[in-house]
Amino acid sequence: MAGAEWRLLEKGLTQRVNALNAFIKDIYGAREILRAGLVPDDLVFRNPAFRPEMSGQSVPHDIYVHVAGIDIVRVDAETFYVLEDNARTPSGVSYMLENREIMMRLFPELFSRHRIAPVENYPDELLATLKSVAPSAASRDPNVVLLTPGVFNSAYYEHSFLADKLGVELVEGRDLFVKDEVVYMRTTQGPQRVDVIYRRIDDDFLDPLTFRPDSALGVPGLMSASGAGNVTLANAVGTGIADDKAIYSFMPEIVKFYLGEEPLLKTVPTWRCREEEHLAYVLDHLPELVVKEVHGSGGYGMLIGPAASKVGIEQFRAKLKTTPKNFIAQPTLALSTCPTCIEQGVAPRHVDLRPFVLTGRDGVRIVPGGLTRVALKEGSLVVNSSQGGGTKDTWVLDG
Amino acid sequence: MLSRTADNLYWLSRYVERAEYLARILDATQRLSALPLAYVGTSNEWESAVATAGCAHAFFKLYDEANEANVTDFLAFSTANSSSIRSCFELARGNARAVRTALTMEMWDAINGTWLELQRYGNGPTSREEFSRFLRWVQESSLRFDGSAYRTMLRNDAYWFSRLGVYVERADNTARILDVKYHLLLPENERVGGPLDYFQWAAILRSVSALTAYHWVYRESLKPWLVADLLILRDEMPRSLSSCYEAIVRNLNSIAGAYGRQGTTQRQARGIRTRLQNSRMDGIFQRGLHEFIGEFIVENNRLGASITEQFLT
Repeated sequence: MAGAEWRLLEKGLTQRVNALNAFIKDIYGAREILRAGLVPDDLVFRNPAFRPEMSGQSVPHDIYVHVAGIDIVRVDAETFYVLEDNARTPSGVSYMLENREIMMRLFPELFSRHRIAPVENYPDELLATLKSVAPSAASRDPNVVLLTPGVFNSAYYEHSFLADKLGVELVEGRDLFVKDEVVYMRTTQGPQRVDVIYRRIDDDFLDPLTFRPDSALGVPGLMSASGAGNVTLANAVGTGIADDKAIYSFMPEIVKFYLGEEPLLKTVPTWRCREEEHLAYVLDHLPELVVKEVHGSGGYGMLIGPAASKVGIEQFRAKLKTTPKNFIAQPTLALSTCPTCIEQGVAPRHVDLRPFVLTGRDGVRIVPGGLTRVALKEGSLVVNSSQGGGTKDTWVLDG
Repeated sequence: MLSRTADNLYWLSRYVERAEYLARILDATQRLSALPLAYVGTSNEWESAVATAGCAHAFFKLYDEANEANVTDFLAFSTANSSSIRSCFELARGNARAVRTALTMEMWDAINGTWLELQRYGNGPTSREEFSRFLRWVQESSLRFDGSAYRTMLRNDAYWFSRLGVYVERADNTARILDVKYHLLLPENERVGGPLDYFQWAAILRSVSALTAYHWVYRESLKPWLVADLLILRDEMPRSLSSCYEAIVRNLNSIAGAYGRQGTTQRQARGIRTRLQNSRMDGIFQRGLHEFIGEFIVENNRLGASITEQFLT
């Protein structure tokens, strides 16, 4: 990607994430956007990602999404679409760092010939971001930890990789405890206070006293400590409300409402099947649309019309008719492709790009690059690694 | 550092050390049981091996009598025995994986490689030759892990906790051998001697890798009370109780120095060390060797519990 293109994208990402943060703050606060009638109430309140516990709570420095992964596709030279916002616990950044490491080892001459913007400072930027959002009462060198579900989690490698690069403790729920609304970790030198938790555990498992009582991964009392303003959770609880696929379709309005600006990144036109007119259109045009579950992720439970069989489409039609509000539909985008080594040689494969956007008290940081995901099957548009997708290093050329 | 990390490092070392010890016991027992009956008498070496490993209770829940086949399986390969060589390596590798980033690459390779290799042994070797090779492999694996830790770890609390695991376990192991075989080591005027005892003493020394050391230190034929002296009081013998406690005190002091604080554990360890330093063999025999070792095992366990309480939880 050329430097100029990247700068355009960077502006758009900053704008997007600022809007996401403003939206979440509003939803758990004044709810102006609902009163303005721009987003329907029930899309928020009946959304499983909405956390009533967060209503009326403030979070340190009003930042909810400290780490966002915004999935971008490109349809022509200048047009970038946001495919999806990931505002919960986006993963994959270790691939970005490791891919670059391997490319530099394999093609040192390419790196010396082109000026390729570095990404290896990501852990530093992340640590600076996390430290900047510590509660105001914390010491000048706040104690940051990374909370993992443990070795059995599929992303455990990334958790330990990041903790290592950040130079912070990789903790599990049982390493932490809460006393008088303050979080401590158990160390060989006794309890040590924790100020910022970069958590890679879903909301549901964070605190058995507030959420799922059967969760053994979380820390009892964590929500009370965060409610008292004694610890910062990154990302905050309840951010899922902003990366929901049904909310996604309102992003242009959300950007305009909070920032008073025209959105720089495009949002894919979206039909919300919960609305009758939209549903009718979708049912008429199934073979040309992509239909996704509102709460789905990982590329599961979706229909890619142009690639689906007749039977597949009819089966999906039935599902759609029974629970229309669970689905949205979008036109099939002509995703850009990238030369990819396959067994038979080099061939075009579809790609998307997930830059990681960091938001701290002192502003937004984005390292130039991101995780490029490749759909390795010919013609496939599904880039998810759980479905056979691969990854690539991504170069932003300086100058 | 996190208590859980320290706990994992401590137990990782203990499990590896224990696996090596079991291999040594099995090796010595195999040698003894291969002797002609006239040399061995009627004593059941395999039963003695189970007792030395400290798992007679669990063993006799499963079996009525101890023989080569069931003891070998129980101490080396059984998954029902949480202290078999297999279980020790499985647990060690699980601990290592949980604290992957606290280990050096060499340590991880050593323990992970051992674990991968272990899978190839399946339910155990089919011949005595193969079993001997297996026992050698276990000892080499432990040496490799221990050497990796010694050569590659930063000298900080992670290292000290991992060393503590080695020495607390080693002290326990040496004491257990002495505890089971103490009747063989009683002083001269008790009626001992003869070929049977000779091979038993040699087996004891062999199981703690001390047969050659004995000759270097005493320069005379095997005398039971000298065997006891070597394994209890000699600082220069790396598996003696005294030497283990020299190391335990040293590592606990390093921790106290780094943390700027002494605690129960440090005082307790120094107490045991001082008692060992002030003991003499004739005094120990007068009070009773069995009692002395029994008390030591209790004290050593108590220290283990204090380490857990002060640092690891």
